[in-house]
Amino acid sequence: MESLLTTPFLTALLAGSLAAGLPLLLAGLGEQMSEKAGVLNIGLEGMMLLGAYCGFLGAWSSGSLWLGFLCGMLGGLALALPMMLLCVWLGLNQIVVGIALTLSAEGLTALLHHVQFSQSYPRLPRVDTLPLPLLSEIPVLGTALFDRHPLVYLAILAVPLLAWLYRSSLLGLNLQAAGDRPAALDAAGISVIATRSLAVLFTGAMAGLGGAYLATVGAGLFVPFMTSGAGFIAIVLAMLGRGRPLWVLLGALLFGLCLSLTTALQVAGLRVPTDLVQMLPFAAVMLLLLFFGRRAALPAALTRPYRRGER
Amino acid sequence: MTDIPQIVGRLLQALLPLLLALACGALLLLLLERDPVSFYATIIERGLLSRLGLQESLTRSAPLLLLAAGLIVAFRAGLWNLGVDGQFLLAAVITAALAPGLAATLPPWLALPLAMLAAFAVAALWAALPAFLKARYGVNEIITTLMMTFLGISLANLLIKLPFNDPATTSPQTLTLATADRLPRLLGSTVHLGLVIALLALLLVHWAMTRTALGLRLRILGANPLTARHVGLPVTGLTFLAFGLSAGLAGLAGAVEILGVWGTVRADWNPAYGMLVIPLVFLARFHGGAVIFFVFVFAVLSIGGETAARRADLPNYFLLVLVALILVFLALTEWLSARPLMRKRG
Amino acid sequence: MSAQHQGKAPPLIRFEQVTKRYPGVLANDAITLDLHAGEIHALLGENGAGKSTLIALLSGMQQPDAGRLLIDGQAVRFSSPRAALQAGIGTVYQHSALVPSLTVLENLMLGRRWWQGRRQSATRRRFTALCNDLGVRLPADALLSSLSLGERQMVEIVKALWEGRRLLILDEASAMLTSAAVSDLQRSLTRLAAKGMAILFVTHKLPEALAFGDRVSILRAGRLVASRSAADLHRRGAEQAQSEIISLMFDAPSTATAAPAPPPSFQEKAPVLRVQGLRAACGEQEPQLDGIDFSLSAGEILGVAGIDGNGQRQLAEALAGQRTTLAGRIELGGEAVQAKSVPQRMKRGLRYLTDDRLGEGSLPAFPISLNLLLKRVGDAPFWRQGVEQPREIEAYAQQTISAHNIRAPGPHTPLGSLSGGNVQKLLLARELEGQPRVVIYNKPTYGLDFQTQQLAQEAIRRQAASGVAALLISPDLDEILALSHRVAVMAEGRIVGIVNNGPDARQTVGRLVVGGTA
Repeated sequence: MESLLTTPFLTALLAGSLAAGLPLLLAGLGEQMSEKAGVLNIGLEGMMLLGAYCGFLGAWSSGSLWLGFLCGMLGGLALALPMMLLCVWLGLNQIVVGIALTLSAEGLTALLHHVQFSQSYPRLPRVDTLPLPLLSEIPVLGTALFDRHPLVYLAILAVPLLAWLYRSSLLGLNLQAAGDRPAALDAAGISVIATRSLAVLFTGAMAGLGGAYLATVGAGLFVPFMTSGAGFIAIVLAMLGRGRPLWVLLGALLFGLCLSLTTALQVAGLRVPTDLVQMLPFAAVMLLLLFFGRRAALPAALTRPYRRGER
Repeated sequence: MTDIPQIVGRLLQALLPLLLALACGALLLLLLERDPVSFYATIIERGLLSRLGLQESLTRSAPLLLLAAGLIVAFRAGLWNLGVDGQFLLAAVITAALAPGLAATLPPWLALPLAMLAAFAVAALWAALPAFLKARYGVNEIITTLMMTFLGISLANLLIKLPFNDPATTSPQTLTLATADRLPRLLGSTVHLGLVIALLALLLVHWAMTRTALGLRLRILGANPLTARHVGLPVTGLTFLAFGLSAGLAGLAGAVEILGVWGTVRADWNPAYGMLVIPLVFLARFHGGAVIFFVFVFAVLSIGGETAARRADLPNYFLLVLVALILVFLALTEWLSARPLMRKRG
Repeated sequence: MSAQHQGKAPPLIRFEQVTKRYPGVLANDAITLDLHAGEIHALLGENGAGKSTLIALLSGMQQPDAGRLLIDGQAVRFSSPRAALQAGIGTVYQHSALVPSLTVLENLMLGRRWWQGRRQSATRRRFTALCNDLGVRLPADALLSSLSLGERQMVEIVKALWEGRRLLILDEASAMLTSAAVSDLQRSLTRLAAKGMAILFVTHKLPEALAFGDRVSILRAGRLVASRSAADLHRRGAEQAQSEIISLMFDAPSTATAAPAPPPSFQEKAPVLRVQGLRAACGEQEPQLDGIDFSLSAGEILGVAGIDGNGQRQLAEALAGQRTTLAGRIELGGEAVQAKSVPQRMKRGLRYLTDDRLGEGSLPAFPISLNLLLKRVGDAPFWRQGVEQPREIEAYAQQTISAHNIRAPGPHTPLGSLSGGNVQKLLLARELEGQPRVVIYNKPTYGLDFQTQQLAQEAIRRQAASGVAALLISPDLDEILALSHRVAVMAEGRIVGIVNNGPDARQTVGRLVVGGTA
């Protein structure tokens, strides 16, 4: 076992879990806001994918990573807009619309990518990191945690920020009420529809950003279907996080850890099947639900469209 | 129930989204500077009118129909089984692992049904945990079935790579079922018996859901759980039953695809048919006959679409856009047709 | 609690000949009523007396058809709830408008625009000040769901008072409270009144009205039938005051148009349904059903009176088997059935006609034919070996439709397209089919047109005459007195008394309903 605890192994593990977990974190934080407000956004996978495509395209054509991120957010928003229109305004089935949006994003991005690049996969140059002074000098932890792209720091900063928003701002109250007792929010003179729309749009932007990070900083290129289920994992993380951003962060890191554990183990010369490691977090969650199932409370009005006067 | 104007109206309501989606798709093709007429013509010619293409379309329909049958059971009972892909894949792997051994020791008329039974049982078992959590604690089945799908896919891959790996091949995959031992072909075509099984299963499910006491009980549960309680239905038992049947049929889909087409499962193979069939089942409004129609249309689109896309120098994912457009228009027509009803009640 | 107003200053609010009608109902009939600053005004009335309409007019939810509202002598017109709020009228409604997953303080902040900020310390200061005004201590940072019902009620009051009100309306504020919580409420309201606030305390409980009110007004069938000051009532002694108010609230009007005479008194036979010490599983927000004892003989109709939401529905569901029995016995024809399922009780002749006709009792999207057989799915001859027999089902539906005079295009019509009266005819036909022994009727005529009402009452009488025992739950005392042999009164999940129907029953039942003793 001693051979495991070498510097390269730990560095690879920590760095890998952060890199693999970051898109999940961003999308999960976004989804959490929708769920808090009572909208289950099954289209998250599609929003990430469109974000990845737009983000890559933006970064590739402009040469600026930050413009790429912006494009990614806009891409996610573009898909959140029909979600808002169909599910929040018209009250259509959130699951059907979500699946439809994911499918359309999968098809569209693959199609557009093909038309533009026709099976070639242009790469972005390697991304510069922003080593934080002093902190990045710490052995193991330094290179793994404090020598990353600035967006990583921003995403982690978003966790306490959102936690503050939910706990200590009026908007947080409105979101909570919209998901838990929309009629009370309506009675207090605040529009449930507007509150939910805001949450859905935020989800789109965050999922798009997560996808953009995946394509630009993570992979450096766009491949059709590259999110491969990350959006659905983020939905599960958001549901399990039960309204607390810190839990989404921990969950994302745990998943990232499991995703990168196999690579790291290979670095250490050990062969453990990837699939087994990837099963661990889901298996753990299912066991938790089995034993503490009673507490898996979700917002009371989740997936229920709001119409005034209906109880 | 069977008056003609109503049927025509329903057909229109179902076809309208399809036509609108095709029109939008044509627009998209024009934007990409491709000829939509020749594109759609190729689809029809290659997917429907050519002998080989038609056979491929029918073969593709088999697993889709079985998945649809499973989804009809769950959706009519008001349960969101979004985990069919995991159930499908796990059952496929179990089938692939068992079938060669069974075929070697037993006559084919016994070996094939046994393999299918095993697939059904494994998939049904895989859905028992979400069913339990839903019935006992009311845990949202969307989240649990999604998680079980991820678990199922990983477990399937693990099984392929470790215990069921065929040492003779370079890339990890299960033992391969000899072509002679697979599901028999129909009338000298390339279409296998799985299509008949799938059609029978789907019709049986449709009949059971609409014409039997059990089906009515499940529909009552799906329509309003409060009413189910009021009339004294065993809600827990029905939940388990619906989940088990739904997942079992998805498992059967996996078995049929392996026994009929592939004979083996390679690592990381996941056609993710489930996510495509869910919208089709909605499009058909859970009606068995309509499901057959839409699944077949989809199969033709996907088989013909592969050639059409290649000829137009496009990836065949174009189909996904079409399906998504169909869904959006479906949701919109549904909303439009529901509005006068709401006004009347309001 | 002395009346502080001298009758000289103009009243804070005056109702002047205010009339409000709804289709078929005269909800408020030329009501004239004064509300004074510093006074607790208790408004008494039974179900449907017009209390809710009066509140709706005061809080701007509805506008009067005739008459006017004056504030400080000035005529006003509230076009919206907001206008009433701005005029200083705060209302605490019967149904909670609070979010359980937010803290007390957060619930009070809800409704502010997001750019206004939370102003945490200012909110806390105002909260403390209002709590002091009310003389209560409330945990500002606790989740609302962790509070007792009494504490939640106080939070509702704080919320209603938030913007500095002049009139506070409480709609059945004490309905779900324990007696300790009620005296806390009384203390707080008295303090508020002492600070010059006008309070309208709407209730159906007579003792509370007498204890709280500086003035007690009584509504009956849309009219203000009396208004007495507390001093006036006290002078005549509690006993006499109670009797007078009860007769004002419940006595049959002398001009009543030939109310149906009560059925002949019932001779006791062996009971077909006997309930002993029944306690059933009830939710946190529901009245707790406990200690239910009664028995029913064949052919007897036992009316269940009481203000809506005092456990009638829970009792019906516990008897029908939809709720788990936690303690006690339910005997049906001498056999203990409390552990039996809904269908098992149904097979033994117990039927339950629910009051939630479309939300529970039927499936509006399903055809009439299947709705008729909802409780017999799988039974012969409609299903054989589990397979539907369409011809049998259709014939049965056709026959039921014509036998019960249900207006419907045909057996395949979705039930949701029928009128309310026809839906109830259909459900009655379903529950009374076969050989029922005990039928629980939950609000059998509520919300129906006159003709269907008569029809339903006739069916109940006919069933009883043929030996079926009935439990008749109704919010309408006249209906109960017209049909029942005995009347049980429910309050807060218990039966507080059972009265034989007769000339004095109205008085006795009325006394029990408003919380007195028989």
